[in-house]
Amino acid sequence: MEVRFTSCGDTAFNVEFGETIDRATNARVMALHARLKAAPPPGLVETVPTFRSLLVVYDPVATGRREMQAAVEAALAGSDAAPAEGRLWRLPVCYDPDLGHDLAELCDGIGLTAEQVAALHGSVEYFVYMLGFMPGFGYMGDLPAELERPRRTEPRVRVPAGSVAIAGRLTTVYPWESPGGWHLIGRCPVPLYDGGRPDPVLLAAGDRVRFEAVDRAAFDRIAEAASAGRFDPASLRAA
Amino acid sequence: MSGFLTVIRPCPFTTVQDLGRFGYQELGMPVAGALDPVALRLANALVGNPQGMAGLEIALLGPALRVDAPAVRIAAVGPLALTLEREGDAPQPLAPHRSHTLRQGDVLRLGAVDGASVAYLAVAGGFALAPVMDSLSTYVRAGIGPLGGRPLAEGDRLPLAFEAAPDGPDVEVPQPPDYGAGPLRVVLGPQEDRFTEDAVETFLSATYRVGKQADRMGLRLEGPALAHLGSADIPSDGLVTGSLQVPGNGQPILLLNDHQTAGGYAKIATVISADLARAGRLRPGDGLSFQAVTVEEAEAIRRRQEQAIAGWIRAIRPVRPTGGIDLEALYAENLISGTVDIVNGGSDIPLL
Repeated sequence: MEVRFTSCGDTAFNVEFGETIDRATNARVMALHARLKAAPPPGLVETVPTFRSLLVVYDPVATGRREMQAAVEAALAGSDAAPAEGRLWRLPVCYDPDLGHDLAELCDGIGLTAEQVAALHGSVEYFVYMLGFMPGFGYMGDLPAELERPRRTEPRVRVPAGSVAIAGRLTTVYPWESPGGWHLIGRCPVPLYDGGRPDPVLLAAGDRVRFEAVDRAAFDRIAEAASAGRFDPASLRAA
Repeated sequence: MSGFLTVIRPCPFTTVQDLGRFGYQELGMPVAGALDPVALRLANALVGNPQGMAGLEIALLGPALRVDAPAVRIAAVGPLALTLEREGDAPQPLAPHRSHTLRQGDVLRLGAVDGASVAYLAVAGGFALAPVMDSLSTYVRAGIGPLGGRPLAEGDRLPLAFEAAPDGPDVEVPQPPDYGAGPLRVVLGPQEDRFTEDAVETFLSATYRVGKQADRMGLRLEGPALAHLGSADIPSDGLVTGSLQVPGNGQPILLLNDHQTAGGYAKIATVISADLARAGRLRPGDGLSFQAVTVEEAEAIRRRQEQAIAGWIRAIRPVRPTGGIDLEALYAENLISGTVDIVNGGSDIPLL
């Protein structure tokens, strides 16, 4: 698809690379994000990557749409090399029905056991397409097709922090307690947002994630260490 | 020694805000920042600060602050009642839109905000608070910002960067800032093509009302429903302050500073940057309508607004002594009115 520019008032525009959520489209978003970050045109405030488009935010007093779009078009015409591969994280998950409140209902709906759901969820390496919804909330894909479900028709008013959840072909870990409409299948004991860390947000767009099943005892141990500040998230980075 | 303003009355709707936390939206971090950036900038100018310094954003009812410093200079901008309680004196109302120099032990009561959603208090030198991700804006929903990212609470001690008030007289802006009137101006898009022609026409001609669900995240608007062409859902993409997203029920939501960084509803239009302060001042029950402009027109309007703000700041003058004619002030004003006339050339924003 041709690149399309759409206006967000006089402070931003979208650079759209497609209409669908897929790795190839997102790779073009991330490549432009990386290029503009490495050599920001004058007046650029920031760029925000999403599934299939890049939001370019600029200061309309320091520059203008015409100049900024020209600078972005020049960056697009430059090298189309893929951005550097993101970090790989191994996130522990306890797939316990007491922690994943929708696990039982989900199993009934798709005719799989809790063990099968956990095995399938942990069977692939996920790609962090984007962050959004709340600080540190990563939209990761692609979920194995067997686990694909639409969002809950009745969103939950309170989803506990750390909940591991699925919807469509995506999965996530809720960094905060919040409302939410995804199916909760387990919980991660490591906070995805921690204001006490030098980099409070764990994941970045472009990172990769593998989920590794842990039992309840290990979940409790890691959660306790994390809340006491004795857990180094760097230990989750795969070599 | 160090100085503080000590909060001596709860004020659940007062937060520390600057002009926003930019640069972290790729991590899902909302920008936050002052709902009415024009008022914060003017308040800062009145106490001699850079315009983007953090001040207190006050909604509904403000705090009472005790001066625990030898002296401090403050200024409020917005529709806010201020009262000074000074040892041995009767409580005295203080005018907004000018600076005041307070002494040790003074109590400043910031009363009701009436006429807009917010008002601002700036202190000379600013607050000696540590920035979080390069900003002193407060995002309460996730507890991000100074004071643990929460509103001011009784007993808080706000550290002052200056231990004394600056030299020189108190100053005033001759008139409160003029935000203009009429429809809020918007640029259509980014997804106006996801709506019927009738919906776009309705959006640009109807009057909407701000519903009860209105906070720093956004204003739910009530009025004629806007029909989508097909589904209201899009692959989530980036949002800006001023985005008008329309969920399946067809009722638009005007996103304000605490908006999420990305969302999955089609957006029919975006309020232009020059009108964001007006949008941020809206309250439940207020009526509003929209007028479409091009990006180029929006940029020109914003440039004229910046010239107008610069004119207001240049017009800041020493407070006239009560009684008698202040020749110096009169002279300064004559010079300023000449400047303002030039600045006002072609502006659609009324000046002082």
